[in-house]
Amino acid sequence: MEARELTLRYGTKTAISKISLAILERQVTALIGPSGCGKSTFLRTLNRMNDLIPGTNHTGTILLDSMDIYDRSVDVVDLRRRVGMVFQKSNPFPKSIFENVAYGLRVGGMKDKNELNTRVEKSLRGAALWDEVKDRLNESALGLSGGQQQRLCIARAMAVEPEVLLMDEPASALDPIATAKIEELIHELKAQYTIAIVTHNMQQAARVSDRTAFFYMGELVECGPTEQIFTNPREKRTEDYVTGKFG
Amino acid sequence: MTHASRRAVGLALTSLTGLAAFLMVAMLALILLDVIANGASHVTWTFLSQPPSDGMMGGGIFPAIIGTAALTLLMTLAVMPVGVLTAVYLHEYAPPNSRFARWVRVAVVNLAGVPSIVFGLFGLGFFILFVGKGMDRMLGHEELYWAQPGILWASLTLAVLTLPVVIVSTEEALRAVPMDHRTASLALGATQSQTLARVVLPGALPGILTGAVLAISRGAGEVAPILFTGAAYFLPDLPSRLNSQFMHLGYHTYVLATQSPDVEATRPLLYATVLVLLLLTFALNLVAVIIRTRTRRKAAGAH
Repeated sequence: MEARELTLRYGTKTAISKISLAILERQVTALIGPSGCGKSTFLRTLNRMNDLIPGTNHTGTILLDSMDIYDRSVDVVDLRRRVGMVFQKSNPFPKSIFENVAYGLRVGGMKDKNELNTRVEKSLRGAALWDEVKDRLNESALGLSGGQQQRLCIARAMAVEPEVLLMDEPASALDPIATAKIEELIHELKAQYTIAIVTHNMQQAARVSDRTAFFYMGELVECGPTEQIFTNPREKRTEDYVTGKFG
Repeated sequence: MTHASRRAVGLALTSLTGLAAFLMVAMLALILLDVIANGASHVTWTFLSQPPSDGMMGGGIFPAIIGTAALTLLMTLAVMPVGVLTAVYLHEYAPPNSRFARWVRVAVVNLAGVPSIVFGLFGLGFFILFVGKGMDRMLGHEELYWAQPGILWASLTLAVLTLPVVIVSTEEALRAVPMDHRTASLALGATQSQTLARVVLPGALPGILTGAVLAISRGAGEVAPILFTGAAYFLPDLPSRLNSQFMHLGYHTYVLATQSPDVEATRPLLYATVLVLLLLTFALNLVAVIIRTRTRRKAAGAH
């Protein structure tokens, strides 16, 4: 997945400007930068969630397998099945654990009970949640702890088997133990998924990602292998940020 | 201001506001006590199951209860789909800053402020004389069939009257469904209509039901809108067709209070009728309150 010269405006205010960034396959790309730098906005353009905000307009292209996702012929519903998203605040539906995970499959038209069961189990296992919830699949998802809810949301996003998984600060509302679990999970997921993760937490970016992109004031300052960004950045601004001089 | 005078002002305000609050409770208590004391002993099974007799001085109110129930049921069937669809349009589909949506909201607020007698006249003019007459002409009825007061027209008139209640409470219920749930659904590849059917409406259902109950309890007690559109003075038969006239608890109260040849003989019946009407409306309001508290508790449990 790749953005080319992507500029996005809310009305007349430019949120991100001329971003060219490739999200490499089966790697974790971390998007870091201070608040309001446009990293979340960028993430949300990748599956066109920004379409929901009135008054946004963009120039440039985003390619998914060499298809322009803003092309007229692209059905945004199909796009979002291929590019899934996990949000900052866990947002399970007030339904059972099973129905939460099955939701994307059901709206996609899957009716076969066995198939649904298999896919739900597979997703919950994939999100390292199966053992904790297998005996209470029919209980409300709202009874889970915060960390479990977030892993449920990851399972829910994985159930439709997207190619790319976008994560918008998935662990920012969790305690350190739950955060560690999510990070471990991200490590495992990259064997199958292409992942882009927005994070405020520099250590987290260092721990989970292969590549890191540093955003500042709506621009992409620098992008490269995580190790290089953290130890030997090309840009002064990147160095100042990752060493904690501002941010 | 001296310390003493400040205290005096404080004391005066406390007593004044307290008195106002007490007055309000006293009024309700007075009405209820009076109605219960004079009516309770007459609310018997015979009273509830018999039609009026002896020139309104005997018998019961069975046709009025059934008439009120049938009227309210038809009204609910008419008002809920229109009200809920309107609210869904306003909250889910209309673009923000839509001029049309703003006009609809203004219309809803104004509709809520129209005196109920005006709805009665509107029902007579629009439903009976315009729609009814048109239907008679098209369907080839020689005599008046649809172009006369009947339960269908009365219930539609009430539906127009209660429409604002349904729209406002449904919109509130939709607003209470977290935006997060909508984005989560859309991010999973659901269409907007799937999101609406599977996430938004189920989430808003308790609020929508509360709106329905409030509309029913409002509609069940209104008399003015049905005066010209279908309520009958005295009709021992139950309504059997959509164009039948019907008896109604509220209208029956009015009739008993003003049209009786012997006021003394009718008085117990009048009290008993009022008691039944009050119990009915209170019961419906209670249902609304229960649904609302449950929803609130559920919402509180979600965080």
